[in-house]
Amino acid sequence: MSEQEQSTVAEPLEVHFPQAVTPDERKGYQGYVVATEALPEVATYARDELGYDYLSSVTGVDYLPEGKTEVVYHAYRTAGGPALVLKVQVPREDPVVPSLVGIYPSADFQEREAWDLLGIRFSGHPNLKRILMWEGFHGHPLRKDYQEVYFEAENKPFKNRWPEGKVYRVEEKAPLKKNVQYPPDFTAEGWVPEGDAALYAGMGQVVAAEGGNGRALNTDQIVVNLGPQHPSTHGVFRLVVTLEGETIVDLEPVMGYLHRNHEKIGERNTFLMNMPYTDRLDYICAMGNNFGYSLAVEKLMGITPPERAEYIRVMMAELTRIVNHLWAIGFLLNDLGAYFTPALYAIEERELVLDVFEAVSGSRMMCNYFRFGGVARDLPEGVLDVVRELVHERLPRKVDELDTYLTHNEIIRARCVGVGVLPPEDAIAYGMAGPVLRASGVPYDVRRADPYSIYDRLDFDVAVRYNGDVYDRYIIRLDEIRQSLRILEQVLRDIPEGEVQTGKPQYQVRVPAGEAYGRVENPKGELGFYVVSNGKPNPWRYHVRAPSFINLTAMGEMCKGQKVADVVAILGSIDIVLGEVDR
Amino acid sequence: MTDGLSNPEVPVPEELRGQVAITTLDKVYNWGRRSSVWPMMFGLACCAIEMICTAASRYDLARFGMEVMRPSPRQSDLMIVSGTVTKKMIPQIVRLYNQMPEPKYVLAMGACASGGGPFKEGYNVVSGVDRFVPVDVYVPGCPPTPQALLHGLMKLQQKIDGQSIRSVRWYRKEASESIPVPILGPDLIDPRDIPHIKAHAPAESPEEAQA
Repeated sequence: MSEQEQSTVAEPLEVHFPQAVTPDERKGYQGYVVATEALPEVATYARDELGYDYLSSVTGVDYLPEGKTEVVYHAYRTAGGPALVLKVQVPREDPVVPSLVGIYPSADFQEREAWDLLGIRFSGHPNLKRILMWEGFHGHPLRKDYQEVYFEAENKPFKNRWPEGKVYRVEEKAPLKKNVQYPPDFTAEGWVPEGDAALYAGMGQVVAAEGGNGRALNTDQIVVNLGPQHPSTHGVFRLVVTLEGETIVDLEPVMGYLHRNHEKIGERNTFLMNMPYTDRLDYICAMGNNFGYSLAVEKLMGITPPERAEYIRVMMAELTRIVNHLWAIGFLLNDLGAYFTPALYAIEERELVLDVFEAVSGSRMMCNYFRFGGVARDLPEGVLDVVRELVHERLPRKVDELDTYLTHNEIIRARCVGVGVLPPEDAIAYGMAGPVLRASGVPYDVRRADPYSIYDRLDFDVAVRYNGDVYDRYIIRLDEIRQSLRILEQVLRDIPEGEVQTGKPQYQVRVPAGEAYGRVENPKGELGFYVVSNGKPNPWRYHVRAPSFINLTAMGEMCKGQKVADVVAILGSIDIVLGEVDR
Repeated sequence: MTDGLSNPEVPVPEELRGQVAITTLDKVYNWGRRSSVWPMMFGLACCAIEMICTAASRYDLARFGMEVMRPSPRQSDLMIVSGTVTKKMIPQIVRLYNQMPEPKYVLAMGACASGGGPFKEGYNVVSGVDRFVPVDVYVPGCPPTPQALLHGLMKLQQKIDGQSIRSVRWYRKEASESIPVPILGPDLIDPRDIPHIKAHAPAESPEEAQA
């Protein structure tokens, strides 16, 4: 395999760069610390010589006591295997790090996010603007010394909110009784908001084109705004499109309309308190999110769940995948203009799966079912029979039904084949994940490339399609549902009896200091949780590598040259969920 | 339905009883409105998924005459605020509310829309949509089940039933006032709060110095 050849031929990083690269020797940490100015060189070497072609996650950590800000990069080989973790440490007063957008385009949005929330400047970034907050917002909220208006204490659980038998609400302490604060020199009167001036700069210029009749024809480029309230944007998402006639010249996604401060809240919460919050990331796939977060924390704690819990987890994760893909297919049809009726067909079976979730966890959508070292409770009686019936009868029939109705449908082929093509090398470079990556011909699936839980024992194929257009992204979802059904059949056959939780269930888990990156193949792609613990009850840093967010990086590239109506189809085929895009 | 509608306080001749219904104008007016509340197709977050499920075949919003979801505020009667209201989004929500024609109603679906919910302490979260637009019905839950949303919608129907054409605000002489759209400054600025912000500005600075 080429992976082995590469690792034998090319020297490891610390040998090749003896000056610039040193192994990270803090206890519980892994990877390499790279000298700031050498980062582009090291990254190029890692990509070209060592084969780490897929930059998965970029994030920052604010180490306030040490006075340092650290930028953490997780790179993988698309051939499979563990991560290469690179770190850059800069003083936190004025953190400047060279941008990696030129080497790994997938760093684009993630570096903007790190600038927005942590105030790390990436020199050489082509478009370093805020991405989740608005331009002009005061402060960088993920820095440890940033306190929100409703700040109560550094860490949860907070002290009693009923001090003298009288309940108090946090807004009563806020100066304006609202969730707002202003810098001391701020005067509201005469304030001119920046608005979207920066966003629109350079868009929609008048261009002169040569006319056919000898006279110069002046054409305007039009700037069209889709969203944030728009039926086809799958939530509060906004696209700013520059059009020439019907053709897209430029496209910029604008997000943050559902930025609900997941990471800041997560750093105040205890480890277990974050579990229900992960449900609300990608709210179609709550179980999958739980899975990723438990894996990350279990890595830190060094525990593994018992056998039965592993099977239950995989069962839930695969049911979630089926539900998500049914949803995605139904709403792709919605986006193609077949309003709501196909979606009704597609999500009919979803309700039955939600009944299973409700039976095991108590909630249809926000399951909060996983625990560190297991699951919250064992399966109730009869659930396995229901799942068996679903897996052997209802769901295969549904997939076949969708296949019959849609796959050779003339309109779908006309609207989807050859639209929004993303070649495999671009898909890797932009850090695409999940069905979008695999529809471009890259057979990269975390379940196979870096197996977790019991996936190394299960027999399934990594679905892959080769054209990278909207049609393939639709059809790969059908393939994946079929593979999930295959996995579920094996799980139902082999599920053992026994415990579902390692040790005693506890509210306050003891997590040793260190860092961990847990990742799962969520239905939308690789979902990663980067957790840093300093041994206290609350995580020091809690970062989510959200597949929907990073999959949008290539949105502009996919849409250029297409017609405006195709944008909606392309967006539908990426299958984003705004809770995860904005977090 | 006609049983509830017909309220013959005046005598109706025997032979006309099947053909004539006598009632008040309020009742006919409210009966028509309560049976065709068109929600705006407008999803914010997780709750929107449950809203879609409510509209889908299992829970079937069409039974209430509410299945016609309109993407345009100009054609809708009800704004279901289904999810977390963020500071970045609230200007658009207020603008959409202003663009809806009367009679208009707002239903805050879920904990976030009602009061900030689990994300209340967040720096980008508005603690409840009622800080900006008037809310008629609150539906608790995170997210509320479709049944809970249906219950909320029935509560709204009850509210509509109780309204009278003589007193409703949209038939008053004075023009209805639109809500000033919040501004995104260094933080969210509610134009109605500017005097407060001015009054609090000096009080805030010593606190800042302390921190």
